[in-house]
Amino acid sequence: MSIRIHEGNSAGVDVTRRSFLRTGAAVAGGMAALAAALSPLKELNPEEEFSLEKFIQKHYKEMTPDDMKVALERIAGDVERRYNVRPDVRDFRPRAGVEFVYALNLSRCIGCRKCVHACVAENNQSRAPEIQYIRVIEMPRGTMDLEKGNHHYDRPSVPDADHFYMPVQCHQCANPPCVKVCPVEATWQDDDGITVIDYDWCIGCRYCEAACPYWARRFNFVKPEIPDADINKDMGYLSNRPRPKGVVEKCHFCLHRTREGRQPACLEACPTGARKFGNVLDPKSEVSQILKTKRVFVLKEEVGTLPRFFYYFDERYPRSLDPEAKEIALSLGYAPSAGGWTPPPGEAPRGTNHGEVTR
Amino acid sequence: MIREYLTFLYRCFRLSFVGTAGYYVWMFALSVVALLGLNAYCKQFVHGMGVTGMTDHVSWGLYIANFAFFVGMAAAAATLVIPVYIYRNRELSHLVIFAQLLAVATIIMSLLFVVVDLGRPDRFHHMMLRFNFPISMLTWDVISLNGYLLLNLHICGYLIYAAYRRREPTKLFYIPFVMIAILWAFSTQLVEAFLYCGLGGRPFWNSAVIAPRLVASAFAAGPSILIIALHVISATTDYHVPEKAFLTLRNIVRLAMAASFFLLMSELFTEFYTDSAHVASARYLFMGLDGRHGLVAWIWTALSLNAIGLVILFTPASKSRGFLIAAAAMMIVGVWIEKGMGLVIPAFIPSPLGEIVEYTPTPNEWLVTAGIMAFGFLVFTILVRVTIPVLSGKLAFDRPYDPTRADATPATNSGAAGA
Repeated sequence: MSIRIHEGNSAGVDVTRRSFLRTGAAVAGGMAALAAALSPLKELNPEEEFSLEKFIQKHYKEMTPDDMKVALERIAGDVERRYNVRPDVRDFRPRAGVEFVYALNLSRCIGCRKCVHACVAENNQSRAPEIQYIRVIEMPRGTMDLEKGNHHYDRPSVPDADHFYMPVQCHQCANPPCVKVCPVEATWQDDDGITVIDYDWCIGCRYCEAACPYWARRFNFVKPEIPDADINKDMGYLSNRPRPKGVVEKCHFCLHRTREGRQPACLEACPTGARKFGNVLDPKSEVSQILKTKRVFVLKEEVGTLPRFFYYFDERYPRSLDPEAKEIALSLGYAPSAGGWTPPPGEAPRGTNHGEVTR
Repeated sequence: MIREYLTFLYRCFRLSFVGTAGYYVWMFALSVVALLGLNAYCKQFVHGMGVTGMTDHVSWGLYIANFAFFVGMAAAAATLVIPVYIYRNRELSHLVIFAQLLAVATIIMSLLFVVVDLGRPDRFHHMMLRFNFPISMLTWDVISLNGYLLLNLHICGYLIYAAYRRREPTKLFYIPFVMIAILWAFSTQLVEAFLYCGLGGRPFWNSAVIAPRLVASAFAAGPSILIIALHVISATTDYHVPEKAFLTLRNIVRLAMAASFFLLMSELFTEFYTDSAHVASARYLFMGLDGRHGLVAWIWTALSLNAIGLVILFTPASKSRGFLIAAAAMMIVGVWIEKGMGLVIPAFIPSPLGEIVEYTPTPNEWLVTAGIMAFGFLVFTILVRVTIPVLSGKLAFDRPYDPTRADATPATNSGAAGA
């Protein structure tokens, strides 16, 4: 293909018929090639992916109550169209005088991953590929080095006597590196200490994912898939409404529950009572008592993120003898076994941690 | 006035479609690759980032790696600007413009690499509406890159248009901008490094030596691209490139690469002698970790190429064009691997929670990458192709360029350049 247009001068443009035809052919060829290159765009569903409403929707913090009403209505409509369920989408604001913290008793955690799956169900996370906010790491005794841990343990029964179990999720840091790095302020720390994400504002640069020392953030590499029947209809704008592809998400302490005075789903699912959650500004709350009386620690204190997620070991009861844990485990159909509990048949082993790896 | 300027642009546009057979082959090949890349990007746009090899574990890959490399190439324009404008090396003054044109093309590539890495490019305007400046280093990067692009566009545009108008350029209109551009070039590298080294959760990046290492390796690879570009210009056009230009660039490359190795040694000693948990990523990169060694062959290839290139440049043999070009090519490939795969990827391995998940770019990702590079070289070739006749007085406001005219030798028709 060659184009030879003689640079014209003021005296007259020297375009012969032949060169005109050749130019025309070249331009047509180029246009055809461009159209072919762009052809994958035909698969786009512009109505679902883009709308003027979404395009002009303001940042969460700039929305008036009326703007929010419109946005919530649009989201409800989108969910209904896609999943055939009419959701109850609301905007949950932080309450005055509340700062949430989490405390996790590593002596009690048995590594059953019930929290992981309760979280997925509660928060309308993609099932294929499965996105999980909580990672349970099986740690050998004698180390706190996470590189020695096993993320993909898959035992017939848990816990294993030689290991302890360390669930990690968003630590809702008071000095969050993810918030610092976001170029468009799509993620910020709310007044009750929860770091939230406006899924309609995130541009998907994944800088926050690189910045997080706890590997708490997940990116929607593809369009999330959730079966209609599994949709949780109680939805929050900043929490568990279904996410679009190409944005980042993470644990938000179930703010659509906790800002209404309920407990997070992971806590409710925990069969051993290892998880404690509450308002640290209330001196009578259980978490306040734990922070005052137990030897709590945070993960990677040296990176200076000031997490609101505390770990502690409390050996008042050996796990297998803890009457409370025993009662709960038996009520769930767990059978006592050497050094631990065997889950009821059909439930074991409850999945693994690598949902998001096997896309 | 505006009409004349539009005429100038139109003549440049027409000129970019005129050249020798070699020029057409080169431009056609670049166009094909660029279109293949566009096609691959459209697939990514429709299906999501899942068509790349990236995961939640390695959440930045080939795109950001190339971004890091090409930002460095843009900054390297300063390597020719400094000798000319600070050390008054007049003989090279007319070559500076090619370095700045290279900067323009490589910044465009860098910006494209950021855009293709976005999960929601349709929300790009959110940058304008809520810009987390000065807290987010990414916002600094947006300013530094666009600012550098504008500076270089202004300087080149002004000098070329002045030549087209057959006017002596007014110093006030460009010298201050040249001085700012020199400082700005360093700032782009600094901001680029701060993007990575300010993250406490990524020990591999959390090192003060990242910024100087970026400058050193960029000042080795950037002038190497210029060596090859100037060689192609002198071989395919009648434009005179003095031998001194090559010797100056050769000097810069070997000093920069020597500095780069010095900084690398400092880094490696700190990592491996201390031998703390901090070393995991470096160990993965250089030796492999827990039986995974996806990057080991890459990094040793890179270091070998750079080392051999450096040895060649320190021998008199590199005064001959063949050896010089070979050494320059080794520098470019070596730094491209070291800065891309060697700087960006290992920081994600192991993950902050200690998992080792390796990263391999998918064919689609390679196509997008190749497409952006081809587009960048297309831009650079066109810029050089229209600049040469203007600088040599063959295209001016009173003299429309006609390559078929008798006084134009066949060689002048071609401006094919690139690496």
